[in-house]
Amino acid sequence: MPEPILQTEALTKRFGAVVASDDVTLDLRPGEIHALIGPNGAGKSTVIKQIAGEVRPDGGSIRFAGRTIDRLDMVARARLGLARTFQVSSVAPEFSALQNVMLAVQSVDRRIYRFFRPALREAVLVEPAMAHLERLLLDDRAEVRAGDLSHGERRALEIAIALALKPRAFLLDEPMAGMGPENTAKLVEILDGLRAEAPILLVEHDMDAVFALADRISVIVYGRIIASGTPQEIRSNEEVQRAYLGDEGDDGAA
Amino acid sequence: MTASLIVEQLLNGLQFGVMLFLMAAGLTLIFGVMGLINLAHGSFYMVGAFACAAVAALTGSYWAGLAASLAAAAAAGALVEVAVIRRLYSRGHLDQVLATFALILVFSEGTRWVFGSFPLHLTVPGFLSGPVALPGGIDYPLFRFAIILAGLLIAAGLFLLIAKTRLGVRIRAGESDREMIAALGVDIRRLYTTVFALGAALAGFAGALVGTIQSVQVGMGEPVLILAFVVIIIGGLGSIVGALVGAVLVGLTDTLGRILLPVLFDTFMESSSATTVGSALASMLIYILMALVLILRPTGLFGTRAH
Amino acid sequence: MGREAAISLLIAAALLAAPLLGQAFDEPFVITLATKVAILGLAGTGLNLALGYGGLVSLGHAAFFGLGGYVAGILASHALNYEPLFTWPLTVEGTTQMLIIWPVAIVVSGVAALVIGALSLRTSGVFFIMITLAFAQMVYYFAISWPAYGGEDGLSIYIRNEFPGLNTLNPLHFFAVCYVLLLVAVALSFLLSRSRFGLALSGARQNAQRLATVGISPFRVRLTAFVLSGMVTGLAGALYADLNRFVSPSMLSWHTSGEIMVFVLLGGTRRLLGPAAGAALYIVLEHTLGDVSEHWMLLLGALLVALVLFARGGVIGILAGQPRHA
Repeated sequence: MPEPILQTEALTKRFGAVVASDDVTLDLRPGEIHALIGPNGAGKSTVIKQIAGEVRPDGGSIRFAGRTIDRLDMVARARLGLARTFQVSSVAPEFSALQNVMLAVQSVDRRIYRFFRPALREAVLVEPAMAHLERLLLDDRAEVRAGDLSHGERRALEIAIALALKPRAFLLDEPMAGMGPENTAKLVEILDGLRAEAPILLVEHDMDAVFALADRISVIVYGRIIASGTPQEIRSNEEVQRAYLGDEGDDGAA
Repeated sequence: MTASLIVEQLLNGLQFGVMLFLMAAGLTLIFGVMGLINLAHGSFYMVGAFACAAVAALTGSYWAGLAASLAAAAAAGALVEVAVIRRLYSRGHLDQVLATFALILVFSEGTRWVFGSFPLHLTVPGFLSGPVALPGGIDYPLFRFAIILAGLLIAAGLFLLIAKTRLGVRIRAGESDREMIAALGVDIRRLYTTVFALGAALAGFAGALVGTIQSVQVGMGEPVLILAFVVIIIGGLGSIVGALVGAVLVGLTDTLGRILLPVLFDTFMESSSATTVGSALASMLIYILMALVLILRPTGLFGTRAH
Repeated sequence: MGREAAISLLIAAALLAAPLLGQAFDEPFVITLATKVAILGLAGTGLNLALGYGGLVSLGHAAFFGLGGYVAGILASHALNYEPLFTWPLTVEGTTQMLIIWPVAIVVSGVAALVIGALSLRTSGVFFIMITLAFAQMVYYFAISWPAYGGEDGLSIYIRNEFPGLNTLNPLHFFAVCYVLLLVAVALSFLLSRSRFGLALSGARQNAQRLATVGISPFRVRLTAFVLSGMVTGLAGALYADLNRFVSPSMLSWHTSGEIMVFVLLGGTRRLLGPAAGAALYIVLEHTLGDVSEHWMLLLGALLVALVLFARGGVIGILAGQPRHA
């Protein structure tokens, strides 16, 4: 089994009396999609936020790319190769889709402090950015203001930005949220191809998508991982059925 | 330097701090409840002072003047809130800054129009004039002593108001959740006007008291406004306790710094340059204090909220 | 954009035409006013970098404006008295050469902006406004209480500083210097706004979290913009001292900060020639209202309030018919 690229060790986070993360230990290995599922409010996003550096854990440790990253801030973690998308789309609304991706491209080539040359005339920025948009089927929307994109397009744009970071791991927080079935199907296909570039830690409510994509699934309830395994193991796990899947009805969509 | 001088300066610092608190409390309440930064708050300080001077001169009664300062500042506050401020709540800070900056021009020039450019003077009422003998044989101006007491009383009253009354409940609710309070059926417009007028009245009252020991003139509120900002930065935004602690800290630091620093520098410098360096540094001391607080606690001593 | 560019050209042309007409009709006062517009427009162009492009509402730019002014005043006064600024560790003499004064003014205000920015950018929103205001006030009080350079009374520059090949005492020559510097600053802002750095700065304004997530530190980007902004405003301060041949703490007062901000907003944030247009409008208003009533400040204040409440987007916004995205 390959070495994990990302590992959390007993992550714990409390918000007042609520334990949002309770001893969360999980890992992400090269080439895989590891899905994190669980009911609303189970603490899935909190795990992503702690890994990305937005929320500081009360206890536990995170290793990424061979080093401990507990003391690094969001910016440093992103530079190390953690690419994250948000549950609620977070883009620069006045920028075109293209400019949004260019921001990530220029961050990767580490030359932000250039003051004179027009960015939109730099082929080294525009061409890769267009390629990433194309991959997310957004190339004909490149010039549209991000604030004017449809909900689904904005979700896709976020993934294009993440892709542009050439990351070593993706943290995707409900990328399918609010998408119609057609777009979901397209996105499943795209994510399926993405894992070859970098493994994906995927928080998702759409169970069809999860079971179609995931190599491994961890189930989190009340901040605690109650089961972890292949999709087959999770499907047949009684505790999961009781705690989670059983409550949600037969269609499995949460 | 004698002990009695130190005590006197301590009291002066406290008096200054208590007046700063009256300004800062209003500013921080207005920010906490309505999310508004109000540069024109110093204008209410000025309005209060002028109202006090005018009415005291007209009626011969200082107390009538003091009552007028509260009433005039509150009325000016309510009027401005309804006419202008109300339209700024939904705007960005930039628009708020610009509009309230423009309001200062209106207030200052309006006051100059009515009262002219010459400073007015208030007389300390008879039974509060003269010194009070403090333990240790220290004489201290009775009026300043009264100001400290009045300021502390108002501070206590403000805490009670916020902790115990229905208005206080609404203010606290407004600080934590603006939509919620509208859903509770509170008339939010009236609440906002009330809070704004309350803040203005506190500033006006402070203006009248300070105007009595200094002088009453156009623009008098502006230096105090900026100091009140320093108080809020040190104490933490939206915190009344922070405003009190910050105000006393700023008042004491500034007053004692002006006395002690030149003396301190005198111990290892030539006397004339010691005074120069000491007093220049003293004028910057509270800002240095502010910078230190910012480095150690960017949210201020009692501030919790991200801003 | 086409319409805005046309309006910008028109403003630039009008600002050039005014002093030429003033010269033709023997109205030197018009030349002085146009020079003032160019200089204050330059100060506003500096602020616009932080305020407009970066969304940093600084109410402390008087500090940089005043420091630039004091650099000009102090260097000139030492040169005129043949008295070195300091003699240890090396002897530094004063100077009356603008070409030396400007870089010094830019560096001094840049360093001040670095210190003030590093502290105030730890916060945001209302705190940032109050802190920039407070630090500028600190510099103001320092200037008042430090007697070496005039303290409260200020410092005179007896002869306007020199520029090689020009007679700066000729109002038209001095105007040309200021006008060219304004255009250079506007051109640099234009380039910056479209550059990689401009992209990052605008990104920080729109969505700092997004910027951090792609691995660009919003703090550093903002601090860089704040320093550049302070430098440009500092240069304007040096020119302003030369225009008035006088520098005093009033250049550092918070009214000055407020006024520079008013120029930017009158013209429209993130409009290239917005600050210059705003400064022109402000100065024209000052003079026309001044004829109407001695209490023109009241009218100006009321007008500004009305403008904020009802005419968002500034003059250029209104003329170009584009809403401002605040």
